[in-house]
Amino acid sequence: MKRRALIAFGVWVALWLARVLLERDMTLHMIVQLPLLAGIGLVFATILRSWEPRWLIEADWLGIPGLVLAAFASSLWMLPIMLDDAVANPVIDFMKFLSLPLLVGAPLGLSWRRMPPLGRAFVWANFIPKIGAIGGLYLAAPERLCAYYRLDQQAIAGWTLIIVAIVLGLLGFIAAFIGWPDQSREEFAAVERQNEPGGAPYCAAAALRR
Amino acid sequence: MSRGFLPLLAATLLLGVGAVAWGTEGFRVVTSEGARRLAVERTPAPAPDVALVDQDGNSFSFSGYRGRTVLVDFVYTRCPTLCGVLGDDFHGLLAAMGEKESARRIDLLSISFDPDNDDREALKHYGDRYGATAPRWRIAAPVGSGALAALLKAFGVVVIPDGMGGFVHNSAVYVVDARGRLALVLDPDTPPQLAAAALRMAAP
Repeated sequence: MKRRALIAFGVWVALWLARVLLERDMTLHMIVQLPLLAGIGLVFATILRSWEPRWLIEADWLGIPGLVLAAFASSLWMLPIMLDDAVANPVIDFMKFLSLPLLVGAPLGLSWRRMPPLGRAFVWANFIPKIGAIGGLYLAAPERLCAYYRLDQQAIAGWTLIIVAIVLGLLGFIAAFIGWPDQSREEFAAVERQNEPGGAPYCAAAALRR
Repeated sequence: MSRGFLPLLAATLLLGVGAVAWGTEGFRVVTSEGARRLAVERTPAPAPDVALVDQDGNSFSFSGYRGRTVLVDFVYTRCPTLCGVLGDDFHGLLAAMGEKESARRIDLLSISFDPDNDDREALKHYGDRYGATAPRWRIAAPVGSGALAALLKAFGVVVIPDGMGGFVHNSAVYVVDARGRLALVLDPDTPPQLAAAALRMAAP
């Protein structure tokens, strides 16, 4: 019992330390802590999946309500005022710690499988440029948007967002146009087979159906 | 479309819009500085009556300004950038207000949030740089450890280290009205605009 209390205390101290370290810097707060918290929700969703009630599976048609919830909850924590409040007020920060996994990560993880492939592509295609746009806004703002962060931190956060958008955009482009290495090899093999005498004709539609 | 979809969608939309409305004070602010200004205008609160000492070594407090409008800014005299701008703004403000009837009811007050370094000499030096003379324009430092914290909290000033031995702080001009209440927060815009806003506040 005493040992368990000690472990719990240790975990608490570690979490508190992580909070202080990650929120000291705007980039760490926005681009490391927030996605990590949402990521916890995504992992949580894989556990929740087997417990999901029937009515929720039915009501979350094509994953739309889940997506709407995640979009609003994540947008809220993108506002400079919420970032400031989270640093200044532990109660608001606690709400952030709860809402990012439970209202962003978990619904997204549960709803993602219900979304049509084109819907998922739509989400990615909207999400990626928006990250870059926010980064651009941070760079363009002549004033500090957060009272608790310096202008140079804001600029670093802006550049980091733009770099993240470019990297995600490139990955998305490769995934959409070329496919990942093993997949492209497969398609290459299909084209090769088509060229063989008597080989099955290869067409894009067949690739799409896969 | 399946059963329960529309109610669930409506619930998530309501929750989402409600949360964002809550976070932005009804879609009016996206920064904490904006929220702060809105709160000040809505409910003016009394400025803390803590002890201050000015560049001539005289003690005073906000209660001594009753019946007069005070424009307050927060500075530290070692400040290489922003505070100089604020000093210039106040200097220009005095010139822009001129000798109008309402202008005679307006005083300026620059409060140092770095009292450890800003002794009387430093305050005096800063004042001389911008032609500030007490009591029209006091350069002052809070006395006692609790005084500074009370002032920063009441005025909503957030001071963070700039990583180079100095400070970063939100720059604004705070208007304390004739009843001793913080009633308005202004951008340290161009002096004529500041003067116009100040004169409106001081008008009977």
